[in-house]
Amino acid sequence: MYDLIGKKWWFFIFSGIIIIPGIISLILWGLTFSIDFTGGSLLELKFTEKNNQPDKSKLEKIIRENKLELVSLTQTGGNTYLVRLKPIDKDQNENFQKELNKQFGQVEELRFEIVGPTIGKETTGNAVKAVIFASVAIIIYITLSFRHIPKPYSSWKFGISAVAALIHDVLLVLGVFSIFGHFLKVEIDSLFITALLTVMGFSVHDSIVVFDRIRENLTKSTGTFSEIVNNSLLQTLARSLSTSLTVLLTLTALLLFTGESIRWFIIALLIGIASGTYSSIFNAAPLLVLWEEKKKS
Amino acid sequence: MKSLRIKLWLIAVITVLAALIDLPQSFPVEIPWGKQTLKRIIQAPRINLNLGSFSLQKSFDTRLGLDLSGGTHLVLQAEMDKISSPDRQKAFDSAKSTIERRINLFGLTEPVVQQAKVGDNYRIIVEIPGVTDINQAIDLIGTTAQLTFREEATSQASEATPSSFLEVWPKDSGLTGNNLIRSQVSYDTNTGSPQVALEFDSIGAKLFEQITSRNTGKTIAIFLDDQLLSAPKVNEPITGGQAVIQGQFTTAQAKELSVLLNAGALPVPLKIVQQRQIGATLGRETIDKSIFAGIIGMITVAAFMVFNYGLLGLVADIALIIYSLIVWAIFKTLPVTLTLAGIAGFILSIGMAVDANILIFERMKEELSWGKDYFTGLKLGFDRAFPSIRDSNISSLITCAILYWFGTGIIRGFAITLSVGIIVSLFSAVTVSRTLLQLLYKD
Repeated sequence: MYDLIGKKWWFFIFSGIIIIPGIISLILWGLTFSIDFTGGSLLELKFTEKNNQPDKSKLEKIIRENKLELVSLTQTGGNTYLVRLKPIDKDQNENFQKELNKQFGQVEELRFEIVGPTIGKETTGNAVKAVIFASVAIIIYITLSFRHIPKPYSSWKFGISAVAALIHDVLLVLGVFSIFGHFLKVEIDSLFITALLTVMGFSVHDSIVVFDRIRENLTKSTGTFSEIVNNSLLQTLARSLSTSLTVLLTLTALLLFTGESIRWFIIALLIGIASGTYSSIFNAAPLLVLWEEKKKS
Repeated sequence: MKSLRIKLWLIAVITVLAALIDLPQSFPVEIPWGKQTLKRIIQAPRINLNLGSFSLQKSFDTRLGLDLSGGTHLVLQAEMDKISSPDRQKAFDSAKSTIERRINLFGLTEPVVQQAKVGDNYRIIVEIPGVTDINQAIDLIGTTAQLTFREEATSQASEATPSSFLEVWPKDSGLTGNNLIRSQVSYDTNTGSPQVALEFDSIGAKLFEQITSRNTGKTIAIFLDDQLLSAPKVNEPITGGQAVIQGQFTTAQAKELSVLLNAGALPVPLKIVQQRQIGATLGRETIDKSIFAGIIGMITVAAFMVFNYGLLGLVADIALIIYSLIVWAIFKTLPVTLTLAGIAGFILSIGMAVDANILIFERMKEELSWGKDYFTGLKLGFDRAFPSIRDSNISSLITCAILYWFGTGIIRGFAITLSVGIIVSLFSAVTVSRTLLQLLYKD
C-alpha cells in the first residue's frame, strides 16, 4: 500500500511554494479591482476611420482637456481602446464623444458603463459576506452530516479541515490574480467573485467525497487513524482525478472557444478547481491526521 | 420488474417532453419520402388552455440576459429625503410605474423594471434589451414626474379639430402635483364600487374649490408628463380639499390611477447610479461560441467516459444527454434569463453531473474487485456512493443559495443555472443511469 500520509509535509511544502508568491504579491500590490467594486466609468471606443487613428497620448490629452479624470487607458485591439474614468455623467460623456468625433471622425461606443461609488461599496461588502457565510455554512453542514462518526473523532474537525483546504484554494486564486492584475492588468470583477465561490463549492465537494470514505472506513476497518485515512485517499484517488479531469476538459473547451469576455473567469475556475482537487486530497485529509496525532502526543 | 418498467416509461415521457420544449422557435425538417420530400416546420409547443375560469397560456422561449442580447442596464436611485417615511413605499411604487409608462411611450421592447430596496436605498433597476439610441429615453426616465390639472377651453376658443389632448384642455389651472398630498383607492359608501380619492393641501384645497366652481358641469383633465391620465366631470364645486374620481373602475384600474396620481403627489428625484450599455455583436458571437464550446465539452467528456468505463460510460453518456435536455427545458419553462455566467454555470454543471456517475462506477469497480458479482456490484456501487453524492451536492447547493442571496444580476443567474443543474444531475445520474443499467443486467 502506497503511503501518501507519510509524505504529508512534502504536500504542505508544495502548497506553500505555489501560494506564497501570490501572498507576497497580495501584500505588495494588492488586487486590481474593476469598476464593479471601485465605482467609476468605463468606455470602450472603436475608431473606425483607418486613416485617422488616435494614439494614447492624443487620447490622454483630449481626456484632460475635457476635464475628465483618467484612471487608465489601454488599447484592447487594433483600433479599440478601453478608457476608465472616475464617474462621469451622460452630458460629460456626450461632450467627450463630440470632441472625439471632431478629431477622429466616426467613433463607435462599444460599451459605456457607470457604476456609482455606493453600488461599488455594496458589491464589495456582499462579496466578502458571501465568502464568509459560505464558509460558515459549509462547516456547519459538514459537522452535522458527519455527526455519526465513531468516537473519539469529532465531526467539526472534518468541517474545519475542509474549510482550510478551501482557504488554500481561495488564497491561491486570489494570489495568482494579484500577480495577473499587476503584470497583465487583469481586473477583479463580479464574474471573478462568481468563479471564486464556485471554486469554494468544488473544493468542499472534493473534500466531502474523501471524508465520506474515511467515515465509512472508520466504522468498518481496523488500524490506526493514519492508515485508515491513507486507505480512503487511495480508494477515492481514481474518482477525484477522473472528476477533475472531466471538469477541466469542459473548462478547456470553454477557454478555447469562447471569447475574450469570459476568458479570465474560466482561467480563475481552471486554477481554482485544479487546486481544489489537490488540496482536498493532499491537504484536507493529511490535516485531519496531523490534528489527531497532535492530540495524542 | 414492474416498477422498473414504470420508471423506464417515466424517464421516456420526461425526455420526450423536455425535447419538445427544447425545440427552437421554428425548425424546418425535410424527410425524403419515396420520390417526394416531406417538408415540415417543427416548433416548440405552446400551451393555450382554457378550462372555465382557469386559463393558462405559455410559450417556451429562451430568454437572454442583457449581456447576450445587448441592451441597456440602468440603476436609478430614488431620493427619499423629502418624503415622510410612511409615504415612501407609495412614492417608490409610483416612481416605478411612472418609469414603466415612460419606457412604453418610447416603444422600447420588453423592458424589465424592478424595484430593489437595499437598506435605506430605494432603487429601480431598468433593463432594456436591444440596441437603439436610447439616450433620449434615459433622459426622460431620469426626470421627476410632473402632474398638472388643466381646464377645458371656453366654447368660443375651442378648436374644431384638436390635434392633441393638450388642446382639448388648453388652460393650465395652476394646480399641480405639489398641492396633492396623496391619492388612494376608496369605495363608494352607497354602491361599493371602487373610486380614487384625492387629498389636497390647504393651498390646493382653495385652488381646487375655485377651479371646480368655475368648471361645474365641465371636465378637468389630469396630465402626467403631458399625458392624459383622467378627465373627470365636475358635478359640483368641491370644498375642503377632499375629492373623489368616480367611474366604471375595477379595483385594479382604480389602483393604477391612484399610483400614477401619487407619482405627481410624491415626486421623487431619480438619480442614475449605474448604467451599462452592451453592444449586440458581443452577444451574438458569444452565444454561438458558447454553444460550440458546450458541444465540444460534452463530446470530450462523453469520449472520456466511454474510454474509461466502456459500456457503463455509454450509459452515463445517455444519462448526460437526457440531463442536458431536461435542464434546457427547465431554463425555457421557468424561464431562467440566460446570461454569460449562466451558460458557464450550465456547462460547468455538465462536469458535475458526470461526477455522480464517476463516483458510482469507481465504487462498482472496487466492489467487483472484491469479488462481488456484477449485479451485486452494481447495486452496492449505487448504494454506497450515494452518501457522498448527496453530501457533496448539498454543500454545492448551499453555496448556490448564498450566491443567490448576496449576489445581484450575473451572480444570481449563475447560481440559478448551477442549482438547476445540480438538482437535475441527481435525477439523471442516479435514477436514469440506474434504471438503464438494471435494464441491461436484469436476470
